[in-house]
Amino acid sequence: MNLLIMNIPLNITGTIHDWINSIMPQTAANITEWVLIAVAYLALFAVAGLYLVLLERKVAAWFQLRLGPNRVGPWGLFQTMADALKLVSKELTSNDRIDKFLYNLAPYFVIVTSLTAMAVFPYSEQFQGFDINIGVFFLFAISSIGVIGILVAGWSSNNKFALIGAMRSGLQTISYELSVGLSILTMVLLSGSLQLSEIVEVQRTGGWLIWQGHIPAIIAFMIFMIAGTAETNRAPFDLVEAESELGAGFHTEYSGMKFAYFFLAEFINMFIIASIAVVLFFGAWLSPFGITEGITWFPEVLWFLIKVLLIIFLMMWFRWTFPRLRVDQLLTLEWKYLLPLNLVNLLLMAIVIWLNWTI
Amino acid sequence: MSYFSDIYNGIKTLLTGMSVTGGYFIRARKGSLTQQYPDNRETLKMFDRFRGEVVMPHDEHNEHYCTGCQSCEIACPNGSIEIIWDRAVDPETGKKKKKIDQHIYHMGMCTMCGLCIEACPTDAIVWAQNYENSVYDRAALTKILNQPGSVVKAGIED
Repeated sequence: MNLLIMNIPLNITGTIHDWINSIMPQTAANITEWVLIAVAYLALFAVAGLYLVLLERKVAAWFQLRLGPNRVGPWGLFQTMADALKLVSKELTSNDRIDKFLYNLAPYFVIVTSLTAMAVFPYSEQFQGFDINIGVFFLFAISSIGVIGILVAGWSSNNKFALIGAMRSGLQTISYELSVGLSILTMVLLSGSLQLSEIVEVQRTGGWLIWQGHIPAIIAFMIFMIAGTAETNRAPFDLVEAESELGAGFHTEYSGMKFAYFFLAEFINMFIIASIAVVLFFGAWLSPFGITEGITWFPEVLWFLIKVLLIIFLMMWFRWTFPRLRVDQLLTLEWKYLLPLNLVNLLLMAIVIWLNWTI
Repeated sequence: MSYFSDIYNGIKTLLTGMSVTGGYFIRARKGSLTQQYPDNRETLKMFDRFRGEVVMPHDEHNEHYCTGCQSCEIACPNGSIEIIWDRAVDPETGKKKKKIDQHIYHMGMCTMCGLCIEACPTDAIVWAQNYENSVYDRAALTKILNQPGSVVKAGIED
């Protein structure tokens, strides 16, 4: 536990740490600190998720020559807050003859896994909740659990649309996990570590990994972006929800806050995919060309956020440009194109590293 | 080797699509298509082909073009138009001539199909561009299109 706090040696957390330890025994203080950190993370990313929804709506509007939400607060800044309040106050309805236990469990599966993944990212040098030495592996493992929530939601809803959506989700995630994994593996080959803070350290001296790995890294990035978009179930890979075919897919029968959990999880997953891309390819919190290297007061987390938002913007651009794939096209893309290219790319990266062609 | 050309074409067409939407994204702040309706009520101008309601234009001498031929009444699929007509002696020729007494338009029944306006041989009725047509009493939706005391413009039948 002390490790957690020591990783955030900002003045304010130090003060809180001392104060909590002075008023209660060691074990209680540790538990209090866990709870505090968890609440801080939850609050931060719930709000971040809400604002991502707003950003999505604004960006979507601009891509379609519309204005987007602009009534609730200045420039519609409180729109998603109001939406969340509305969802909290709504009745939790359910279908006839559902599997009650699984039905109620499913949203938590989805939201908890995506929030857990947030803990390991190095937002800045000090701001990292949980720096384990298998960080990339942990992320990869955690992000696969979310699909269980989707499958459970579809199965327990007693609704054919939900079931079809959930089955498509299983199919899609199993296929695209491979590509995400292999493209991450390509970069791990280059960085030589699974620990996220270590990967950032590699980039501090030698430049961002997409620069160090040049051609194979760029191919890996493109494949990662395609497969990552598919992982988050967003258009053009939104067969899981597919409004025009399945109503709302796996969460057709959910209402109120349970629906909000699914919705929020989708946006937090987008943030996770963008964060993985930023850490593995674009040097996490490192400034471009080291322009703020010497400035100690500069909040490095800003660079992380800027890069993440750029990647998220790219994903939104995909969403509002490309039409949805058919199921057979989805599988063709993965098994006939992305997977072979990825394997060749992995080999190429190995050769590049073997012959010392990295920059 | 269509495999690699497929990949090349795929990426190329996707980038073309992204450049189109990217252009929209950049221009969206200036050329937004959204009409913020209740706020811009003063400046909002409806479009030429907008179908608000059927009106009968009158000129400055309180004359209209309706000869009372009833083509519109026959063309109307659900009887939204009723014409009450009469015969009067034409002072110039001394013959009895058909003229309208009241051109009644039931706007509450009208589906805005436009068949009456297409049927009118003298263009006596046209589409108006107004759009705020809701009222509290449906009797207010039954309108008499010709103004009181108006007469048909001379020579329109020739």
